[in-house]
Amino acid sequence: MREFRRNRFVIGTMGALPVVFLITPLLTIFRIPSSASGTAVRAAVGTISLLLLIVPVVLPPVIAAYSVVGEREQGTLEPLLTAPVRASELLVGKAVAAFLPAVGLAYAIYAVVLVGVRVGAAPVVRDVFFHPPQLVAQLLFAPLLALYSIWVGIGISTRVSDVRVAQQLATLAGLPLLAFTSLLSFQLLRPTVPLAAGLALALLALDTAAARVVSRLFDPERLLTGRPGRGDIVEAR
Amino acid sequence: MSSRGGARPAGEPALVVRGLTKLFADRVAVDDLSFSVAAGEVFGFLGPNGAGKTTTVRMLATLIAPTSGSAVVAGLELADGNRLAIRQRIAVMPESPGLYLRLTVAENLEYFARLYGVADVKARILAVLHAVNLAERADDLCSGLSKGLRQRVGLARALLADPAIVFLDEPTSGLDPVARREVHGLIDNLRDRGVTVFLTTHRLEEAERLCDRVAILDTSLRQVGRPDELRDRLFSKALVVRTAAPLPDPGRVFAAPGVESWRIDEDGRYVLSVGDARVAAPEIARALVAAGADLLSLSEDRHSLEDVYLELVDEDVEARRLASTGSAPSSARRCASFAATGS
Repeated sequence: MREFRRNRFVIGTMGALPVVFLITPLLTIFRIPSSASGTAVRAAVGTISLLLLIVPVVLPPVIAAYSVVGEREQGTLEPLLTAPVRASELLVGKAVAAFLPAVGLAYAIYAVVLVGVRVGAAPVVRDVFFHPPQLVAQLLFAPLLALYSIWVGIGISTRVSDVRVAQQLATLAGLPLLAFTSLLSFQLLRPTVPLAAGLALALLALDTAAARVVSRLFDPERLLTGRPGRGDIVEAR
Repeated sequence: MSSRGGARPAGEPALVVRGLTKLFADRVAVDDLSFSVAAGEVFGFLGPNGAGKTTTVRMLATLIAPTSGSAVVAGLELADGNRLAIRQRIAVMPESPGLYLRLTVAENLEYFARLYGVADVKARILAVLHAVNLAERADDLCSGLSKGLRQRVGLARALLADPAIVFLDEPTSGLDPVARREVHGLIDNLRDRGVTVFLTTHRLEEAERLCDRVAILDTSLRQVGRPDELRDRLFSKALVVRTAAPLPDPGRVFAAPGVESWRIDEDGRYVLSVGDARVAAPEIARALVAAGADLLSLSEDRHSLEDVYLELVDEDVEARRLASTGSAPSSARRCASFAATGS
């Protein structure tokens, strides 16, 4: 984490994106008049909700994609792999390092938007924003979307040889999730608490599967030599 | 700072390798290695680029799986179930020290100390920094350190968990002579502490200066032994005689006991092949004096480890050439063979 905090590229990206994702919703919210129709309000809030759910999808790849290929680029991967820690522990550590700032920022942006809505938005906007299923969906989906994005980012990071390529591919790989969130944000699927909980469970299953796939992709021998390893020393004897 | 190497039962080798082989697809990277390293020994692993040195270290450090063969590393069988336990007992310093350049020296060490589960992290960091003479640079960012200092930080990191075996992969690669000398001093310190050092290098003078024994590798193991043993094994013992003027009848003078053959080299010196230099030298001195020769010097011809290395590696190159052309071996190449010109 300390290493990332001193990485200007990471800090720049992690700092700039939230500003964009904060200013746009607030400006949109404050421009909605009290006389706006329910459909117009729901459409505007849907756009904002989508923007807010983009944050946990696009921020984690900045760090996650760096996690393996970045170590390899700066020559720290081999000392790290030599440490007496399991690959799974290493991967979880990498995931946590991406998860905490990404979800922290996503929640912080959401909190600021909620305060903005509470203080300055028209009552019709407030009613839609503080609709409980909407709140539950935002709070539940942010970490689950972030986790998926992180595992995809780490997975890509184990297979490419350039940090920027890893970040771009990881961001692209997270985009299909936005289609899913759009269904809720634009209320094409009416957000209810059971629906939100069900979708959250589905996302959790997806995250677990992604973690397993990444765990299999993480092959120290391939990372060090460029060739897939047999993995198990015992088999070799 | 005690070492786990010192705590191991006396006589038990730190490293035993039996038939270790590694194939990458159909390319043989390391072929049927067998050797052992005693606890507390500084063991040099020499070979040209691509000889399999790093691959061997990576196999022994449990980073890559051998295709066949086995090993005991720091008392533990090289097996999947022992992977973490082996890593806890060893340290590897790759060719590039691999430091987080945005972190300070102390932060780098702290990160790895926690990965290794080191108790009393602060005290341990201070101890290893003192061991590599870097205590005053603890708060410096690694990006601001010279290559030599980074190498020292890498060595400090290797010492954090008090390892029984330290694998140093080309530790002086790219260093200037001063930094190289400092690293040599640190390796000497490791030996004094009883740590087993496995040093891969292609610097022969480094191996000769630092290592108790060396192994010469060129995919397969070519020779293992003390540098002087290897010299004796590969080269005839020789004495070199310099006289003020050419001897009128050298064949008669060098018919002294113990001299097997002799020749004159391109500098006009007499090079004598002998069985035992300590027996032959006094006899030759007496014969020269008796012949009225003006003797300038009589010395043993010392082959360097480089001669040994080149001899072995050249053999491999020749063998590969022959394998590809299918021609007969050349007998003109052995650099130390004596062409007897007299007696």
